[in-house]
Amino acid sequence: MESTVTYEGDLNLKATELRLGLPGTDESEREKPMVPVAVRNNKRPLTGSTDESKSASCASDARDGDRETRPAAKEQVVGWPPIRSYRKNSFQPKKTEADPAGIYVKVSMDGAPYLRKIDLKLYKGYSELLKALEDMFKFTIGEYSEREGYNGSEYAPTYEDKDGDWMLVGDVPWDMFISSCKRMRIMKGSEARGLGSCA
Amino acid sequence: MSEDEDRTVDLDGVSGGGAGFNHEASSSKTSCCPSPSPDRVLEIVLENVLLFLTSRRDRSAVSLVCKSWYRAEALTRSELFIGNCYAVSPRRAIERFQKVRSLVLKGMPRFADFSLVPPNWGAHFLPWVSAMATGYPWLEKVYLKRMSVTDDDLNLLAKSFPGFKELVLVCCEGFGTSGLAAVARECRQLRVLDLIDDEVMDDEVDWISCFPETGTCLESLVFDCVEFHVNFGALELLVARSPSLRRLKLNRHVPLGELLRLMVRAPRLTHLGTGSFSLSEHPAQEEQEAASLAAAFAACKSLICLSGFRDIVPDYLPTIHPVCAKLTSLNLSYANINAEQLKSVIYHCHKLQTLWVLDSVCDEGLQAVAATCKELHELRVFPMDAREDGQAFVSEVGLLAISEGCRKLRSILYFCQKMTNDAVVAMSQNCPELVVFRLCIMGRHRPDHVTGEPMDIGFGAIVMNCKKLTRLAVSGLLTDKAFSYIGKYGKLVRTLSVAFAGNTDMALRYVLEGCPKLLKLEIRDSPFGDTALLSGLHHYYNMRFLWMSSCKLSLGGCKEVARRMPQLVVELIREPEEEDIVDDVVEKLYMYRSLEGCRLDAPSFVTIL
Repeated sequence: MESTVTYEGDLNLKATELRLGLPGTDESEREKPMVPVAVRNNKRPLTGSTDESKSASCASDARDGDRETRPAAKEQVVGWPPIRSYRKNSFQPKKTEADPAGIYVKVSMDGAPYLRKIDLKLYKGYSELLKALEDMFKFTIGEYSEREGYNGSEYAPTYEDKDGDWMLVGDVPWDMFISSCKRMRIMKGSEARGLGSCA
Repeated sequence: MSEDEDRTVDLDGVSGGGAGFNHEASSSKTSCCPSPSPDRVLEIVLENVLLFLTSRRDRSAVSLVCKSWYRAEALTRSELFIGNCYAVSPRRAIERFQKVRSLVLKGMPRFADFSLVPPNWGAHFLPWVSAMATGYPWLEKVYLKRMSVTDDDLNLLAKSFPGFKELVLVCCEGFGTSGLAAVARECRQLRVLDLIDDEVMDDEVDWISCFPETGTCLESLVFDCVEFHVNFGALELLVARSPSLRRLKLNRHVPLGELLRLMVRAPRLTHLGTGSFSLSEHPAQEEQEAASLAAAFAACKSLICLSGFRDIVPDYLPTIHPVCAKLTSLNLSYANINAEQLKSVIYHCHKLQTLWVLDSVCDEGLQAVAATCKELHELRVFPMDAREDGQAFVSEVGLLAISEGCRKLRSILYFCQKMTNDAVVAMSQNCPELVVFRLCIMGRHRPDHVTGEPMDIGFGAIVMNCKKLTRLAVSGLLTDKAFSYIGKYGKLVRTLSVAFAGNTDMALRYVLEGCPKLLKLEIRDSPFGDTALLSGLHHYYNMRFLWMSSCKLSLGGCKEVARRMPQLVVELIREPEEEDIVDDVVEKLYMYRSLEGCRLDAPSFVTIL
């Protein structure tokens, strides 16, 4: 592990990551929710209008009247297809059959009466995951550093990996983490501090 | 309430319309007269007869016979339908119809649903509720569609009508939990509170807790559009003390565990919206829940309408098996399920009349529907990927299968990426009962993907063969020919939606000159100009509205219409950022007949000619 790696917003270790694949190719991004560019929910007060109406340009297309060859990449037009915005926004397209349905792991927190389950696939990286955990269990995590673990709070997020070992969240590249994480535990107190200082 | 059926049957399969409330004799003024005059006798007879007349078209005809009949009809009309809130003022309506118990009021044009109308355009409920507070103290029912409703409005409504029974808000916005709390608290006779596709603001008021503590008359509580949590504990208690509750539609924040608890308390439900239908937050209980669910459904012997499934875990879908055989309405349009998953339930649904699905079920799923649901009246297929060049899941194959299997089909809304004329023609021949045909080929100007031809023939066959057709929405590559067919054969068409279609003004002229029953016409992005607009002057007073956006209209043409038709309100709608009418091109035209002339509440971006 490079000693220069620090915990920033995104533990991007792509540069040194070992993975199968041609150099220069990138894994396809997990599909974002389908929100067409030009959808503007005009019922909530927005800070300024966000979407220009593209219908003027489309009108000029229609004016020709001839059978039109479609341009290669079409801009989304306001209000087309005619689906109400709540329906467009409240639904995310399913991944294709080939993709697994999601990586659900149980998360326990010391002192909490029951466990939670989260889908690791929903997060793009450690920062999002940790933020979600903070929101879910109402605590703060503190700054990660490779040397000292999580400073600035009593809690440390840990996980059990495939080998049955308990690891500190954040040490390995994100993709390796989500493929090896079986469950998580948010440790508190002296146990947590002990883990950090052993790094 | 759909206007496309004579009996207003909505997704619930419940008949709305004129009936359903007390028919009280309104001839109270004669009670003190010992022997009424012969004329008055005739009037009394007429009034009592008219009490049974509920169709508003019949009532309209009655009111035109003579002055005496006009008066009698006005005194006995208890349900008032106003299709355009700006067509008549509250004062005028109240002056004419004095005994109204039920109001249906519609506001914004339908294209507002697709972000084509800027916010704050209008359609305010306030002037209506204010006027009715004094004019209709015995008001019982209010149904609003696409109106702007505030918490203050709801407060006023709640306090003004002691006998208030039903509030149905469809596609409305501007109100939140405070307004709902007022209604829950003050309307002690409330039977129906239905929020359908509204935008409800979260003021963090626990409105569910505001219903009367001793018990309620609630028959229907629909809040599946509410995008935030409601207090579940309070909801459970509410259901427990609402013995008349038959319709309950939960929002997506009610998970399976909570749904179960409610079903146990309300086994006599007829209509159930199942909330998220997804994993509980307590993983340990999942298996137990699945078993309990099947039992809970088995216990609901009266269920005929199911919806919800907002975040469905498909594995749980088969738990609804016990109710499938009796279901008449099933809404899976938020359920991302595939063909196999649909089949596991649909094969039991022999009585199904209304089905809404996502195209995730693919053509194969629709084939299963066609094989089983012989009583199907209404089908809606929504797209998972609502983009022009998105993924295609259903096609002409599914449409053809449905047409061959579901011969009693009356209404269809079908989103797809590709279609053929043959399939549409086949549907026109196989389904002669079609009243509503709405086909949305999501790619603009897309021809028949097999022949490369425009879709003219297909839509032409629909208007020609479906003799009962009243509502039509067209799409795909269409030339003027398609519109000539519509004008020639679409003699009963009342509502027409056009987008990205036609070549010249002739297309619009065919329609305006050929369709005598045309009531609502909405057009976008089609090359129709002033000549076409002016060809409809003979008909515009018979229409509720005309919407044209991104067409070829000019300021001059619109001014000409306004000049020649004084009782038409001609609105030009700009984007709110634009200061004033910049050039001669009219981007959005919305015009409608009105008895009141120019409205006084128009915002700055609307110019009324």
